[in-house]
Amino acid sequence: MVSQQSKILMVAAGLVVLALVIPYTSSFVVLLATRALAFAILAMSLDILLGFTGLASLGQAAYFGVGAYLTAVLATKFQFGMGWDFWLVVVLGILLGAALAAVFGLFAIRATDVYFLMITLALGQCVWGLAYRWNSLTGGDNGLIIKARPKFGLDLTNEVTFFYLVFGFFTVSLILMYVLVKSPFGKSLAGIRGHELRMKILGYNTWLHKYIAFVIAGGFGGLSGVLWAHTNGIVTPEDVVLTTSVDALLMVVLGGAGTLIGGVIGSAIVLLLREYLSTLVPWWQYVLGGVYVLTILYLPTGLMGIPKRIRQGFTRSANK
Amino acid sequence: MNIQFWVIQVFNGVSYGALLFLVGSGLSLIFGVMRIVNLSHGSYFMLGGYIALSVINATGSWALSIPLAALAVAVIGMVMERVFLRPLGFDPLRQVLLTVGFAFLFQQAALDIWGGNNMDITPPAVLTRSIVIGGVYLPTYRMFMIGLALAIGLALWLVIEKTRVGAAVRATVDDAQMARGVGIDTNRISMFIFALGAFLAAVGGVIGGAFLGVFPGLDFEMLPLAFAVVIIGGMGSLSGAAIGALLVGLADNFGKALFPEISYFTLYAPMVLILAVKPTGLFGRE
Repeated sequence: MVSQQSKILMVAAGLVVLALVIPYTSSFVVLLATRALAFAILAMSLDILLGFTGLASLGQAAYFGVGAYLTAVLATKFQFGMGWDFWLVVVLGILLGAALAAVFGLFAIRATDVYFLMITLALGQCVWGLAYRWNSLTGGDNGLIIKARPKFGLDLTNEVTFFYLVFGFFTVSLILMYVLVKSPFGKSLAGIRGHELRMKILGYNTWLHKYIAFVIAGGFGGLSGVLWAHTNGIVTPEDVVLTTSVDALLMVVLGGAGTLIGGVIGSAIVLLLREYLSTLVPWWQYVLGGVYVLTILYLPTGLMGIPKRIRQGFTRSANK
Repeated sequence: MNIQFWVIQVFNGVSYGALLFLVGSGLSLIFGVMRIVNLSHGSYFMLGGYIALSVINATGSWALSIPLAALAVAVIGMVMERVFLRPLGFDPLRQVLLTVGFAFLFQQAALDIWGGNNMDITPPAVLTRSIVIGGVYLPTYRMFMIGLALAIGLALWLVIEKTRVGAAVRATVDDAQMARGVGIDTNRISMFIFALGAFLAAVGGVIGGAFLGVFPGLDFEMLPLAFAVVIIGGMGSLSGAAIGALLVGLADNFGKALFPEISYFTLYAPMVLILAVKPTGLFGRE
């Protein structure tokens, strides 16, 4: 068994390598890495629900979407958030994502299993419907175009500078979420995932625990959306569509639920397919669909689960 | 806004509801019997439309295209259920991701085979006219849609309520374990229902192809609407699907006519409320 400490060291080393190598690659790779890290915050926030609490949400793009639309509306309609006030937008994005989750959670948390999937799907569709139809605010199908990135001492129009900013947000999010899942609160979430009734009998208010996890995930989703808006320079209903929520779910399952880092790997792989492979070959969706199907059929514990499965394979053959 | 406006809107809403009934009733039965959240149901609708186009191109017969397209899609659905979904067992999350994967595969296949253009299915000339009643033009095609949905709904009702197979389906919806206990082959029921659901969605795709068109992305456009029908009406209940389809059809039409900016919100917000208050839907079997 690899100890927790060496796992942390491996992740830290990976991040350092990423921070050192990425700036020397092509501008395309820098942008792709920026996107993957921005989206990875959403994937990790979903992992808190899915992997650590056992809640499979089919509407996580909603929180991502409000963060992105908030950024775009403020930037295009009020020229707000283009200087030092960018940091205020970040705070507002997190608060709005959390506030939306606080409202949605009131409806969703009671539901279990399939019904939780369905109700989060419906909630996500509410946000998509507004994004798609509320032309005067959201620009409808055309979306909103943010002409430039903020400037405040740092010039974020520089792709490498912007990469480091997103990298910073990503690293802080990763640390915060890691601390969260290792805290006593995180342990009780794991207890709920394992056996909710037992936790109830032990006197835990499981509804409140799940609700708080849901709100926290919403806040990180909002942050992810703010960064995503500036990464792409455009926000459209595509960002809140059902398939975006499903993509986030796949990222977590593909990388390995309950690992946080799994969502990051999943995010990198899915965005590589969506953004890079789609420019190379016209039949890229076969690969994307194939990844979905093969993940479900052959990788029940995700990529992060492979080492453990191999080890188990060894012990099994050794015991024979 | 005069009386004519309301008559036309109600007529349009009801006829759209008729189309939604075809998509929603199948999804509702599938969900009721197997508790599968099937995200490739919209693909069955889209594939139905595309296959019908090919049949029309080859044979020139619109009437023939409906059963052929529906049967072809039913076979696709049956294979998916037998080969991929059944081995998964009851695992909603993995069912969702697997069916989305298939939806992407179908989308790409449709793009490769039929191209990316928006195509229309042209019905026979009889169905492209309008009848004037009291100064209101009512297209015969929309009347045909309502009639077809009524006929199919009636046939389904007879099968589910009056036959042995129907009784077995109802037993499986209510309690699959007990149904197995009294000797009902729930595996075969599941396969039958999944094929039937795909069949109905494909019929919807052919019918809808004349006024929605057939195009890439149609699948994920219809999917959430189908879920709205199922959830508002109630899962696993035929009459629920009918009422759900009618409500969604009317809500969609009046929403778009009266308050376009929040029209989808007014469709999905009730879905949330119903799920929160009564997860089995308004008319769902408890």
